[in-house]
Amino acid sequence: MSDNETLRIGVYVCHCGTNIAAVIDVEALTKFAEGLPHVALARNYKYMCSDPGQELVKQDIAEYGLNRIVVAACSPNLHEPTFRRAAEDAGLNRFLVQMANIREQVAWVTEDGELALEKAKAHVAGAVRRVARHEALQRQFVRITPRAMVVGGGIAGIQAALTLAEAGKEVVLVEREPSIGGHMAMFDKTFPTLDCAACILTPKMTSVKVNPNIKLLTYSEIESVEGSVGNFKVKVRRKPRYINEDLCVGCMQCIDGCVFTQAKFPNSFDQGLGMRKPVWVPFPQAVPPVPVVDPEVCLQIARGKCKQGCVEACGERGAFDFDQQEKIEEYEVGAIIIATGFKAFDPSVIPYYGYGKYPNVYTSLEVERLLNAGGPTGGKLILRDGSTPKKVGIIHCVGSRDVNYHEYCSRVCCMYSLKIAHLVREKTGAEVYNCYIDIRAPGKGFEEFYNRVQNEGVQFVRGKVADITPVANGSGPLVMKVDDTLLGHIREIEVDMVILAVALEPHADAGEVRRNFGISCSNEGFFLEKHPKLAPVNTANDGVLVAGACQGAKDIPDTVAQADAAAAKALAMIDAGEIELEPNTAWIDEEMCSGCKTCINLCPFQAITADEERKIAVIDQALCKGCGTCVAACPSGAAKQHLFGDRQIDEELEGLMNYV
Amino acid sequence: MSTFNPKIIAFMCNWCSYTASDLAGTARIKYSPCARIIRVMCSGRVDPSFVLKAYALGADGVMIAGCHPGDCHYINQNYKTMRRYAMLHHFIEQMGIEKDRLRLVWASAAEGQYLAESIDQFVEDVRKLGPLNWTGVWEDEFRSEEALEEIAAEHAEAMEVQA
Repeated sequence: MSDNETLRIGVYVCHCGTNIAAVIDVEALTKFAEGLPHVALARNYKYMCSDPGQELVKQDIAEYGLNRIVVAACSPNLHEPTFRRAAEDAGLNRFLVQMANIREQVAWVTEDGELALEKAKAHVAGAVRRVARHEALQRQFVRITPRAMVVGGGIAGIQAALTLAEAGKEVVLVEREPSIGGHMAMFDKTFPTLDCAACILTPKMTSVKVNPNIKLLTYSEIESVEGSVGNFKVKVRRKPRYINEDLCVGCMQCIDGCVFTQAKFPNSFDQGLGMRKPVWVPFPQAVPPVPVVDPEVCLQIARGKCKQGCVEACGERGAFDFDQQEKIEEYEVGAIIIATGFKAFDPSVIPYYGYGKYPNVYTSLEVERLLNAGGPTGGKLILRDGSTPKKVGIIHCVGSRDVNYHEYCSRVCCMYSLKIAHLVREKTGAEVYNCYIDIRAPGKGFEEFYNRVQNEGVQFVRGKVADITPVANGSGPLVMKVDDTLLGHIREIEVDMVILAVALEPHADAGEVRRNFGISCSNEGFFLEKHPKLAPVNTANDGVLVAGACQGAKDIPDTVAQADAAAAKALAMIDAGEIELEPNTAWIDEEMCSGCKTCINLCPFQAITADEERKIAVIDQALCKGCGTCVAACPSGAAKQHLFGDRQIDEELEGLMNYV
Repeated sequence: MSTFNPKIIAFMCNWCSYTASDLAGTARIKYSPCARIIRVMCSGRVDPSFVLKAYALGADGVMIAGCHPGDCHYINQNYKTMRRYAMLHHFIEQMGIEKDRLRLVWASAAEGQYLAESIDQFVEDVRKLGPLNWTGVWEDEFRSEEALEEIAAEHAEAMEVQA
């Protein structure tokens, strides 16, 4: 602002229906605003964000020559862009607008109307004094690298990658396991339609493999992420497979050739119920169909001495490479979709369920593998001693809806428990007892499936199981003690097998992933979306999107929908070609800079460099993210920040303190 | 006697704490209206002089709220806030301001409830300390302006800039 310019500030107080007006006397607030210095006019309106509300601002700018706008309404995180655009439409620079947050920070959090009015006055006065110091700024744009990265190759990541690739965009899909497929590949059937999971998943996995737009990096993890929206530089750590992916044809003869004649190492994909050799593939339909060598147990790698039956079996293809090293590859991408999924809750921390102590207590995920035709038992539901259970108990809400573990409902356990109940009855004819708190079946075809399973003769016991004890010492049948709240007495039900419907929880290293990508977690540890309703796949870090169970427990249809939503967001971003940056970057007033270099070390983005010739600091506008830390530290006040300058914050402070 | 309502200035970073305060609003969590909120992009933007200026303008307490350590949207700028906070604590004590009048709070974007509780707690703590009235003390009791002028006059010669 040049000091000679005559300030004409317009203040607009929003009622937000009754959201604001029911607590704050908007008339009094408007009257108060009228009396503030440089305020040319103040109005209040029912919904400022509506078209007529915005029109009001535009008309007033034209009619009364307003050159600054204050909107006292909701959070700037919601409608600041709306009013900036309105101002721009009326020919005013969009950065001459300031919002006073009197909804989220006043009306909604204050009981006493008078005190709320006082606080609102302070915030309006702060905004008025601040906006007087605003300067017209140029909008800045950054070009977007037309490539996306998808982190996690479960159904969410697969879906997102395919959608992007089908639109002709390059995608880098990163998966830490040897194969894509995620949890869905472990399941036998999916609720409520009982579709075979593999039948609907494997065609998608194959599509990933054959799509020329997708670069698939399995057995790889994210090492570091640099840059920001439009231009991320992601380092990917590629773990050695000891088999050259380009040379391997997926014949799997090496597995037969391995000197270990017996598979004796627990297969993590089978939840440790099945065994594998040092060279192994998680499941037959793995993508890529390339085995992986476990360096811990492979004799050649661990001891340097082996007959190498695998290499012999591989023959002239020569895909084996025991000297393979971990390597870091860097990818430049414009947008990132995080789809890292969930972890099944470990019920061994609940002592009274005896998981890990009694061999006939299983988790639902273990049972999924037992039921799966590709699993360790070839789809037979048998106990560890080889016998078929005649009575099976399924305990719902293990680790969910429990203040001791997870307060939230995992959303899918009721339905997958019903599915398991159905499959158990179908495969073994066993009596099945489902012990539940409430049955939550709020999806398409879910309630119908519940009715179907009830009609199939599955017993439902409403009550939380309090204790599981063996009938006799050893591995025999178990007794579930449950307070049947419908019958009103405590029952003891003898069963051969107990299945714990475990919760979905964030991965143990979700915190690390979150920090790497600069996003937040909600209280339970799932990744936090930008807005729970209106920006469900965006995050606080622009250009980083989330999809699937890493954002919160959800079923496959919801996961796929969210993955497509994230892919659509990434597409929109990439197709736009460029993205607008917040203009609140820092800059150096060269006249005032003494070249002390205090600021240089403070910048984590290496945006500040020293111009040794002129003995001043220089800030690269493209690298500056606008945190303002250097501005706060500059001893001579040479470092300044657009929109968050000393003068602007000082004025706001004065307004807040001395508004009366 | 009516209850003393302290004036509190709360600097909140855009990414975590300000969002947490928005969340507190959306969830209709009630907290003391004594706190007046200033949005900054990062807690690292809070110049120590802003804090002192707030006291000088009559604030009875100043809160700085940022992302949890390790969670900073700008990688690690909140660690710089932490350092400044330690320095400011030391400094305001020297100036005769109780150190409890400055508080640093880490609140993630999901911690609306926690932020509201922290504000209430801070307001309560400052209420117990009573009004700061720093401006009053500064001007009335010690006649600082005059004192400064006297000092300047005394050392006029030493303060002359060499040509």
